[in-house]
Amino acid sequence: MKHLIILLFSIVIVSCSKESEKETVYKNLEGNKTDTLQSIQSTVKMVYIPGGEYKPFFGSNTTLVSVAPFLMDERAVTNEEFLEFVIANPQWQKSNIKRLFADTNYLKTWPTDITLPENALKDAPVCNVSWFAAKAFAQSVDKRLPTLDEWEFVAMADETTANARKKPKYSDSIIDLYLQKNRQFKSVKQSPPNYWGIYNMFDLIWEWTDDFNAVLTTGDSRSGEYNDKNLVCAGGATSATDVMNYAAYMRFALRTSIKADYTIGNLGFRCAKDTTIIKQ
Amino acid sequence: MKHKHFTICATTLLITALLSCNSTNTTKPETSSAEAALAMVAEGNPEVAEVTGAPKVPAPIGARAAKKLIVNLLTTEIEGIIADSIPYTFWTFNNTVPGSFIRVREGDEVTLNLKNDGSSILPHNIDLHAVTGPGGGAAATTAPPGKEASFTFKAINKGLYVYHCAAPPVPMHIGNGMYGLILVEPAGGLKPVDREYYIMQGDFYTKASVVKQGLMEFDNDKAVAENPDYVLFNGKKGSLLGANMLEAKVGETVRLFVGNGGPNLTSSFHVIGEIFDNVYLEGGSTVSHNVQTTMIPEGGSAMVEFKCEVRGEYVLVDHSLSRAFNKGCIGKLKVTGEPNEKVFSAKTLTKE
Repeated sequence: MKHLIILLFSIVIVSCSKESEKETVYKNLEGNKTDTLQSIQSTVKMVYIPGGEYKPFFGSNTTLVSVAPFLMDERAVTNEEFLEFVIANPQWQKSNIKRLFADTNYLKTWPTDITLPENALKDAPVCNVSWFAAKAFAQSVDKRLPTLDEWEFVAMADETTANARKKPKYSDSIIDLYLQKNRQFKSVKQSPPNYWGIYNMFDLIWEWTDDFNAVLTTGDSRSGEYNDKNLVCAGGATSATDVMNYAAYMRFALRTSIKADYTIGNLGFRCAKDTTIIKQ
Repeated sequence: MKHKHFTICATTLLITALLSCNSTNTTKPETSSAEAALAMVAEGNPEVAEVTGAPKVPAPIGARAAKKLIVNLLTTEIEGIIADSIPYTFWTFNNTVPGSFIRVREGDEVTLNLKNDGSSILPHNIDLHAVTGPGGGAAATTAPPGKEASFTFKAINKGLYVYHCAAPPVPMHIGNGMYGLILVEPAGGLKPVDREYYIMQGDFYTKASVVKQGLMEFDNDKAVAENPDYVLFNGKKGSLLGANMLEAKVGETVRLFVGNGGPNLTSSFHVIGEIFDNVYLEGGSTVSHNVQTTMIPEGGSAMVEFKCEVRGEYVLVDHSLSRAFNKGCIGKLKVTGEPNEKVFSAKTLTKE
């Protein structure tokens, strides 16, 4: 069943991709992986997320999406870890990276290929990394990027409940975190974890997901009714399940504004992994 | 005999009425003006357009031909003063609220470059109501922090148009000040006047930031309830008062480009003590005369013109007066010059 979902997912992603070049690049990346990617050790704790059914932010009211159990890093990938990755994999250093895989701002604050910025904290989340780079890092630690549904499933939690969406201040309290400037320079794990034990879902960075621009794949996409243009202007009000969830609008707005080679100053990532364990 | 005279008289009146009716009926040429503008060729190399912060406007287009223009806008998220030394986090085009005034001509080909500043937290874009095409350019210009997006459009409908950010959640982006005006002048330009000013009304919904003491930011609940703390001209209480008053001299003609960014409230724009000689209703091509108060829809505009006959201070308000009286929607135009007692004279009579 899980394989079927993944298969369907891949088909949808490929068939919905607007940029034909993306597919080519993706294959290219796969080639990179098998040929040359060196593994590195990851010590970050992974948290078991039991999954379940959840209502995506975009979709019809009645459509629930099933999220299989998975493991998620408790925090984002840090500067220090990414440094280790590029040392082991020179093809992902800023002067060597293929332009298809990242724009010219890739790791732009790093003074050299293998030096962190002087004022950067080692344990602050790495930013200015493309989706391709994030994906390669994940592969190098034998993980993957979380799917958008997995990420959003975890994002429903506050500190005390798995699904805090119905709480009146749920969205507002996230926006309070979103509106802080320069928060991406802070260390990870300095604020309380959420219900699952996951840190920094909202207070440090935007995060890549594997299918970041596949809003199409959440909810009922078969009708072809939903597309990213629906997000723009008042159109965004017709396809969301909770029009008061401004925090989610902001997140999805960011996701629809980026492309796989983009590197953004407050956009990083964390990793996830499949699991065969089913805990109750 | 009397009867005959009456008939002639009546016929003449009828003909006159019909003729005058015909001459003021300008709707026919209007319907084809977009097509005419579409056929105009924008010559030469692209030039960077001059843009200005309110209340200033760029120089009139005058008699120039249609050309290629480049408009550069930068989206930012910055702290500014909203009222009485109170800081607020504004989101802007070119660091001002309202954003820069853009002035083009019908037939111009405009390349709009939207750069989102690297220090931004959120993606932004621009929907220009002067644009014919999907989203007014919104999807085409959506840019995450540090990125730039661009599109080109041909200005085929003359008039005064609002532009705004349309990134979700839109009411928040507009509520934080992401709007401005773009004027598409007719071929040959608008009739010259002595003074032109740029004014934009907006409603602001505030709450205290939990992060920074004293800083105010957007309040979603108040916005949904459409209950603003401030209704302001040009994004700041007092932006057109004191040293910032608009100015004109007796005998001069004034044109105000007035827009309404909202996000929610419609404006009843009025200048106390003046009557608008001409109002380009809703910023379009229909001109109304002798207007006291003109309605400016949210996401809409009006161009108003009047001649300053009498010196004094003229108060600009949204005539939904609680907004002027209690929420900051007030500005002034100071007219200087010689007294004009023929039009206005005040005498104090003391009775014994």
